Amino acid sequence: MKDFDGSVLFLDRSDINTDEIIPARYLTEISKEALKPHLLEDLNMEEFDPQADVAGKRVIVTRSNFGCGSSREHAPWALEVNGITVVIAQSFARIFRQNMFNCGMLAIELPDEMIDRLFGRYAGQAVSVRMDFTNSRLTFCTPEDEETVPFVISDFDRRLVEAGGWVEFADSHY
Amino acid sequence: MGQTIAQKIFESHVVDRPTPDTYVLRLDAVFCHEITTPMAINDLVARGKDRVFDSTRIKAVIDHVTPAKDSKTATQGKILREWARRHAIVDFFDIGRNGVCHALFPEKGFVRPGYTVIMGDSHTCTHGAFGAFAAGVGTTDLEVGILKGVCAFRAPSSLRIDITGTLPAGVFAKDVILSIIGRLGVNGATDKVIEFHGPVIGAMTMEERMTLCNMAVEAGATCGICPPDRTTVDYLWPFIKDDFDSPEAALEAYRRFAPDEDAVYDRIVTHDVAALAPQATFGYKPDNVKDVSELVGTPVDQVYIGSCTNGRIEDLRIAAQILKGHTIHPRVRGIVSPATPRIYDQALREGIIATFMEAGFCVTNPTCGACLGMSNGVLAEGEVCAATTNRNFNGRMGKGGMVHLMSPATAAATAIAGTIANSDLYGGR
Ligand code: SF4
Repeated sequence: MKDFDGSVLFLDRSDINTDEIIPARYLTEISKEALKPHLLEDLNMEEFDPQADVAGKRVIVTRSNFGCGSSREHAPWALEVNGITVVIAQSFARIFRQNMFNCGMLAIELPDEMIDRLFGRYAGQAVSVRMDFTNSRLTFCTPEDEETVPFVISDFDRRLVEAGGWVEFADSHY
Repeated sequence: MGQTIAQKIFESHVVDRPTPDTYVLRLDAVFCHEITTPMAINDLVARGKDRVFDSTRIKAVIDHVTPAKDSKTATQGKILREWARRHAIVDFFDIGRNGVCHALFPEKGFVRPGYTVIMGDSHTCTHGAFGAFAAGVGTTDLEVGILKGVCAFRAPSSLRIDITGTLPAGVFAKDVILSIIGRLGVNGATDKVIEFHGPVIGAMTMEERMTLCNMAVEAGATCGICPPDRTTVDYLWPFIKDDFDSPEAALEAYRRFAPDEDAVYDRIVTHDVAALAPQATFGYKPDNVKDVSELVGTPVDQVYIGSCTNGRIEDLRIAAQILKGHTIHPRVRGIVSPATPRIYDQALREGIIATFMEAGFCVTNPTCGACLGMSNGVLAEGEVCAATTNRNFNGRMGKGGMVHLMSPATAAATAIAGTIANSDLYGGR
């Protein structure tokens, strides 16, 4: 399994699409590593600097419908090569969510109120996440305190993550 | 309990239920293009599993950037080409025979009612026009599809849209789907299959149904499906005539995928189009939709007619009818990309290409090109394009560019006016 513990990047917007995560002009790359400098390059948000803000992050917390648009798996790959293995959102576009689990990464949906709370309580601070995958719990940690939040993913998605991805799962089953 | 179209297709294709909510489906077709497939091929090779489940069920095309524009796109084409040769994939379409995947594959008769289809492309939902379950997937799903001929999906939940009324003159399938996306929102159908029903669908050609289903994903849908009917059978007849005694027999056989009367839908929406006006998008989300009349006068730098949404012969005919006898505004760059060689050829024979050229359009070869901002009409920072494509995301057609989505009729009128315009200005029907 991948490493799911680390610092959080907050992206306070809904409908962040895969063109914003990795623009089409980089789809000519045939190695995942080549995508690294271009993650979130076209995301125009106030006070967001893709290069600086992405560095050292493991987890993204965002709003609804993250990853809508193109089916490009370059989006999860661009996250992965930057060390980001978890996205927490109110909701995801289907293909993006599936791509994350297919790569053995986590796309976790939390209720609206919880996402609101996380933004209200932690956005703008140095926060990290500790993942307890087995018990479906994640803990947000700041130097002052900790808060543990339960999450639900489908049994099938859990098995994909445990297997290391869909290729590995399919290989041992079909 | 009655079943929806998707439920019937799922039940007839299930090979495993690893968890109660998961269906692993047998695939009837796996479609491939040169942008998302090479990484799957490279991974299969690296894993020592360079195999395909069935070379006759895999169809491949180089369509996004063709001819290659640089060394990188040339390499992507090369990987796909060599792979197709290596595995004797007969239905591989290279330059000279290639066209936009979602226009080319239906034209070749590769999709049938009741089929399960995946492709590493979000607009794979287009093929639902034939009564198939066709879903866009990522490269990993594609890779497993190529190797094993299976793909996993959650149990389908369906949203039924009954489209009622009669389309007014000058209002097209594109306007219908834009109005639906505007109503549902960009995630209004996430994780759902949209079933399109009603008299408007019944009266639509297959081309119009494809335009409609093409944009289902812009509302978040997994697939858009039209129930197979006589129009579907007539379109497919040249390809299925050896399988059935008569079109009636084919229709009868395909009825097994029609939804039950008591099918259970997640939601049922009636969408009346009797008073619908031409639609266009503003801003950077496909659900930002307005009547064209509210956007009239918005200046554009480029007009693009093409793509898997509206690059078919009917689309070119409608645009040409409006362009006839006009020249496009001197400040506007007009680009038209017939979606397939057959469409190009047909447009040539009908004089449509001449009309476009006389109006001042540049005619390109069949390709995705400008639609995703990779070639053939990339926008510069701050430029605006009126396009018959399906996605208006920030930077979609080039960094810093903006896109207004609209029908071919509106796009043609806009090209003449130099600003967004209603086609009735130029005798659009
Ligand atoms: S025409 Fe545009 S939307 Fe259609 S497949 Fe090509 S790039 Fe994708």
